[in-house]
Amino acid sequence: MTDAATLPAGRARPVPGSAGALPARAVSWLRRRLFASWRDGLLSLGVIAVLGAIAWAIVPWALFDATWHGASRADCTGSGACWAFVSAKASQFVYGFYPPAERWRPDIAFALLVAGLVWLMVPRIPAKAYAGFFMMIVLPVATFLLLHGGFAGLTVVPSDQWGGLLLTLILAVSGITFSLPFGVLFALGRRSRMPLVRWFCIGFIEFCRGVPFLTVLFMAIVMLPFFLPSGTKPDPLALAVVGIIFYEAAYMAEVVRGGLQALPKGQYEAAMAIGFGYWRTMLHIILPQAVRKVVPGVVNTTISLLKNTTLVMVVGLFDLLNIVSAGVSDPLWAGSQAEGYFIVGLVFWLMSFGLSCYSRAIEARFARAERT
Amino acid sequence: MGWLYQGLLVAALALLACVAVGNLHDNLAARGLKLGFDFLWQEAGFEIAFHLIPYTASDNYWRVFLIGITNTLLVTVLAILFSTILGFAVGIAQLSGNWAMSRAARIYVEIVRNLPQLLHILILYNVALRALPAPRAAISLGDAVYLSNRGILVPALTTDRPGLLALAVLVGLAAALALFRSLTGYAERSGRSVNAWLPALAVLLLVPALAIGLSGAGLGISVPRLKGFNFAGGWVLVPELSALVIAMAIYNAAFIGELVRASIQSVNKGQREASAAIGFGWWQTLRFIVIPQAVRVLLPPLSNQYLNILKGSSLAVAIGYPDLVGVFTGISINQTGRAIEIVAMTMAVYLAISLLIGALINLFNHMTRIVER
Repeated sequence: MTDAATLPAGRARPVPGSAGALPARAVSWLRRRLFASWRDGLLSLGVIAVLGAIAWAIVPWALFDATWHGASRADCTGSGACWAFVSAKASQFVYGFYPPAERWRPDIAFALLVAGLVWLMVPRIPAKAYAGFFMMIVLPVATFLLLHGGFAGLTVVPSDQWGGLLLTLILAVSGITFSLPFGVLFALGRRSRMPLVRWFCIGFIEFCRGVPFLTVLFMAIVMLPFFLPSGTKPDPLALAVVGIIFYEAAYMAEVVRGGLQALPKGQYEAAMAIGFGYWRTMLHIILPQAVRKVVPGVVNTTISLLKNTTLVMVVGLFDLLNIVSAGVSDPLWAGSQAEGYFIVGLVFWLMSFGLSCYSRAIEARFARAERT
Repeated sequence: MGWLYQGLLVAALALLACVAVGNLHDNLAARGLKLGFDFLWQEAGFEIAFHLIPYTASDNYWRVFLIGITNTLLVTVLAILFSTILGFAVGIAQLSGNWAMSRAARIYVEIVRNLPQLLHILILYNVALRALPAPRAAISLGDAVYLSNRGILVPALTTDRPGLLALAVLVGLAAALALFRSLTGYAERSGRSVNAWLPALAVLLLVPALAIGLSGAGLGISVPRLKGFNFAGGWVLVPELSALVIAMAIYNAAFIGELVRASIQSVNKGQREASAAIGFGWWQTLRFIVIPQAVRVLLPPLSNQYLNILKGSSLAVAIGYPDLVGVFTGISINQTGRAIEIVAMTMAVYLAISLLIGALINLFNHMTRIVER
């Protein structure tokens, strides 16, 4: 292990037969990977032509012919994108309809979130248990108090004014931090020896996995209020968050169950042999190992949850995607959907792609830890 | 100990149910509502832009419910068809020895699957379809298919005896399948190489042709033609349906491509080498060695993806295509206020289809499991 780690990276080592000059090696590479036969060559040229045509259409639109400044769509006379729309509506994209004078409050919430995420996700920073406590208890409470206000002289900002990236992050982060522990409980319940607990968990999980997320949202928003004490007027955002947690917990449960099933039976038996009870076995022996096995699955579920948050537009919340519709409903900027979707798509793509890269890195780290 | 926990769970659920039912009773009384499904026979009174079965505004909500189901199934079937074709292409392209091809497929997968499906649908509907020309200047593909901002027009098969034609196609399909199975069975028993595809295809085409020819039914192809400001003839895929199907095909093809790639890679390299060693060519290796093993790995996640397509079709509501969620859970709740009944019915439909397909997957797994000797 140690020699492998001290050796330089593989590609720095000389490979037999490739000792020639760089141009010669490049030609040989091209021969092998692009022009192995005349059919292969035609295919390569065709693919390159198609990719080139797409780039040829998008790059001038997005960069060279674009209009960067302006006060309305009428100022965008070029044939390219109208980025003036995005810069005019940038603060709306981030904060929604949050009052401009109060926007330092979401700023603090963003900073808290970033701090919590860095603490949780960078492996070198210690005390992960406290980071979990911070993300699950401190952050939601602090964020809610800060954004909602109504104490210590902070004006109340009702949740229908929250929107844009702020709302998307609230939905995604609260969904993930709460659906994971519930998912673990449901996964344990599904493998429980107690039939009533097992049936309840199976029923819940299979129900959630069998219906579209949208119907769960409808259930939370239009059906759930019928079952709450009469006279209460529940907040649509809170109902949407409940719907997201409810739905994603079932998916998390299935992911965690996969990890539980992958552990050898000997682990349970060894824990029992040294006299551990059920909860101590789970907390100290089973779950720490299962969690390592399910990191890719949990990140995949997180990415799908992040993408699923866009569905709240159907029940009238203005998340990052729906805020584009709000922007183009401004008569000054009518017809600017393409630019709005481009930017919003870029933000979603960076978040999802970043998460999957992080998952791959952490997987490799666990794999290394396993080998030593 | 176990009984204590279970007792607590049951007690908690019962308490929750009691409180919820009590609240429900109060809420319904306060709004003057009653639970029940009698509203299904009320006149709906609104128009639906796209329906496969006859409908007018004077039909009842039960009819609306059926239209929602058929529209959802139509989108699902079309999206499954196109995403499967595209997905297999993407999956195979990712494994191509050609660097440009595999890179392009990889880029496609990484871009598409990291964007929300709803964003795909909105871009297709609000940007791509809007950019298409008006019908008068429609983009023509071989003078048979037209793309315009009123939707996609494709040639339609017309006949005055649709029932007969459908029956003939079904009989032809059954006969072709039976012939194919008996020919491949004969090939396996006798060890001879028999081409089973051609005779089966011939039967598949001959039966409907004979039925039409003998009964003297009229058969024609209606090609869309520009008449005035709009098209006549052909089959119109309304813009909502076109956008939904194309966007869902693009999105889900990225996931299916990954499944196809993983399933082919899961076949042990030794299998290919052994196959080459006994003199199998490229096609024989693929057909008899790789595909049978890859399919066993592929089908469970693929059918799961098909279920995702079914559930994803509910996003139709965002662009106003009248699927089950849009027309029933959306409009009908607003009109009647019957939130509980309607949400329950909608969920029951999706659950029933999911459980049915889940049962079929289990059946398939059972049939194709490796029989250990």
